[in-house]
Amino acid sequence: MAKTKDSGVEERPQWDNKIQYLLTCIGFAVGLGNVWRFPYLCQIYGGGAFLIPYLIALVFEGLPLLYLELAIGQRLRKGSIGVWNSISPLLGGVGIASMVVSFLVSNFYNTIMAWVLWYFFHSFQNPLPWSVCPLNEEHTGYVTECEKTSPVNYFWYRQTLNITPDIETSGSVQWWLVICLASAWSIVFICFIKGIKSMGKAVYVTATFPYLVLTIFLIRGLTLPGATDGLTYLFTPDWEILKNPRVWLDAATQIFFSLSVAFGGLIAFSSYNEERNNCERDALVVGIINSATSLYASIPVFSILGFKARTAYNNCLQDNILTLTNHFELPDQNMTLENYDDQFRYLQNKYPDEIAKLPLLDCNLQTYLDESASGTGLAFIAFTEAVIEMPGSQVWAVLFFIMLFSLGLSSMFGNIEGVLTPIYDLKLVPKWIPNQVVTGLVCLVSFAMSLIFSLESGNYWVEVFNNYVGSVPLLVIAFFEIVGVAYVHGMKNFSEDIYFMTGSKPSIFWKMCWMVISPLLLLGVFVAYVIVQAQTYPTYPAWNATKEPFPGNETLFYPNWVFAIIILLCVVPVVPIPLVALCRLISRAMGKTSTSARSDPNPYTNDAFEIEPQEPKHREA
Amino acid sequence: MWDDNEMFLFRSTVAYAMRRQLPGQQFSVPNIVVCNETARVSFWFVVMSPDMGSLIPKQQVEKAVRMSRGRINSAFMLTDHTLEFIGIAPTLASPYTPDTPPWLIVFGVVMGVVVAGIIFLVGSSVVQKKRKKKQKSTDNNAEVNEEHSAVNEGVYNMSFTDEERITRI
Repeated sequence: MAKTKDSGVEERPQWDNKIQYLLTCIGFAVGLGNVWRFPYLCQIYGGGAFLIPYLIALVFEGLPLLYLELAIGQRLRKGSIGVWNSISPLLGGVGIASMVVSFLVSNFYNTIMAWVLWYFFHSFQNPLPWSVCPLNEEHTGYVTECEKTSPVNYFWYRQTLNITPDIETSGSVQWWLVICLASAWSIVFICFIKGIKSMGKAVYVTATFPYLVLTIFLIRGLTLPGATDGLTYLFTPDWEILKNPRVWLDAATQIFFSLSVAFGGLIAFSSYNEERNNCERDALVVGIINSATSLYASIPVFSILGFKARTAYNNCLQDNILTLTNHFELPDQNMTLENYDDQFRYLQNKYPDEIAKLPLLDCNLQTYLDESASGTGLAFIAFTEAVIEMPGSQVWAVLFFIMLFSLGLSSMFGNIEGVLTPIYDLKLVPKWIPNQVVTGLVCLVSFAMSLIFSLESGNYWVEVFNNYVGSVPLLVIAFFEIVGVAYVHGMKNFSEDIYFMTGSKPSIFWKMCWMVISPLLLLGVFVAYVIVQAQTYPTYPAWNATKEPFPGNETLFYPNWVFAIIILLCVVPVVPIPLVALCRLISRAMGKTSTSARSDPNPYTNDAFEIEPQEPKHREA
Repeated sequence: MWDDNEMFLFRSTVAYAMRRQLPGQQFSVPNIVVCNETARVSFWFVVMSPDMGSLIPKQQVEKAVRMSRGRINSAFMLTDHTLEFIGIAPTLASPYTPDTPPWLIVFGVVMGVVVAGIIFLVGSSVVQKKRKKKQKSTDNNAEVNEEHSAVNEGVYNMSFTDEERITRI
């Protein structure tokens, strides 16, 4: 083995078996968004009707991109930077952009993992800490902020985040979040300690466990009262909504971000495959399983949200029953949930004046169902509230948070891979440093950077990163990826590559998608996205603890310096693309041999046959 | 089911509470006077002094009920939420706070396992590398092994395979 190292190409790690590879890709694609973003989108965009734009986007945008990344990684057997350098030195910036995006995303994503861990650690006590309000200092009553909102909100905003009223007030570093962050990064490190050997074993658990828990929640959720309310609410199609272009935009972006393309992780994973592997089937499997998981996850999520709405509605009615029983001195249990409407109408007809004076609550099931939540609001507020009402709350809480953690961990693997593989490709580290040290250093640097998110204003920064790093740069990278492969590398070359790997050339459908449909779709989505974002000055929901009369969310505008940071976050990952192209053009114009392909022979493309570097299509002549 | 026996129990618990509050005075059931009973199970009650001469002032009764609230509740297996004395707010029981927060215990367990795992894995790979180095320096058959793995010597130049496919004979 040592001799191959001397020739300049070291052996590439390989997957133990195909299942590991597929599970890793599926785990990377299936993440938190499948559980807390897709059901929310389904709900606000007219239930079943949303599936139409979603599936169209999957077929014409998601699957072609996925197939392209898996194929190019498997063929060129390098990480994202190496792959784009091989296709054309001018496109080398695409790989660097992927690496920067992966690094930034892994930082805030692991912060969410730290929050999940925090909740997981707290699920082992009775009563659950987010079910009761703590007493104030004099023990005369509950803490005001908790009383006015709810114990669940208080636990999230105060005891977990200790959030400041706006993003400008930074506050101090919260020690408990720091140690949760440390645990999250340590767990990522231990899974990555032997590269894909250890990670490949970890994914057996992290990729499959969520499905087990989802099934358990499905069975439990469907047996809860009120589950049918949630499910009918979710799936009732509202066909009118398809006329709203926003729906199509959100479907396209959801598919795109859900599949985790353009991070470079998928390219890295498929580069560890053996050469002749049917990547078309892999892409179809991963893409379809990802969407199926979203659909599958929305059923237990909405059963449980329906249960939560029904319980809140019942509690509201019970409060009214108590008020009425006390006022009219009715015998106990005379008025129940079943006969509430009849009795209420009777009382209203008989004593309309007295009824008008009573402080009766307006109980409407639809209002509770409409309280849609996505993202951290779904996981840490809505779901935790529902879990309190279920018998055996601790078990459900533990299961739920382990599921969230393994969903996120398998996605973190892809992000970290998107950072590590380019480091090895770029040969940034000398050979004598073992891989573990490099991995450890990357984890350490990321941990240090994510300490920003453990400030009191950390949640606001996570929102900033989530909305801006994880959106626009990815669209740009994906656009250049598809154009780079379809036009710079050439569809003819690419078809030959695929024929070599799978034994059959890609069908006309794939070619049409890669050459025309997907780039146009991506361009359209990008333009529409930018237009929608540029229409309004960006705002964010801030938690104001001292707002009168009730503390709660208020929408604030981002201050100017934060806006500048947002622009930076959108632009900095994308800047390498034109920058590298410019540098390479300049150095080529000056006649220097700048491409790394000369000094580091890529065994799969022999540049000696390149007649004119600008037209790599003639490479085979 | 609320009936006269339950009312009797209630009056005796209030008498007990009065005895605790004002020690020395022998309150008993006839001293607790109940009126305005409704089907709702709500009623008014006043407390007379043991010699049935004077009414006990409201504050004293309130104090007595507050002090013995727990006993009154448990006599009926009710709680502060289900048995209400209008005008007497329930005293909040301070929640049980253990000395070490339980979440730190779980955190300690998880981190302990992770750190032990890291040390084990890193240590085992270091040990393996040292063993390999020893083997290489003392193993004379290294060349033989490498001859067998001739397939891995050098690198297969892919650009020629494409040509072979095109020029089918």
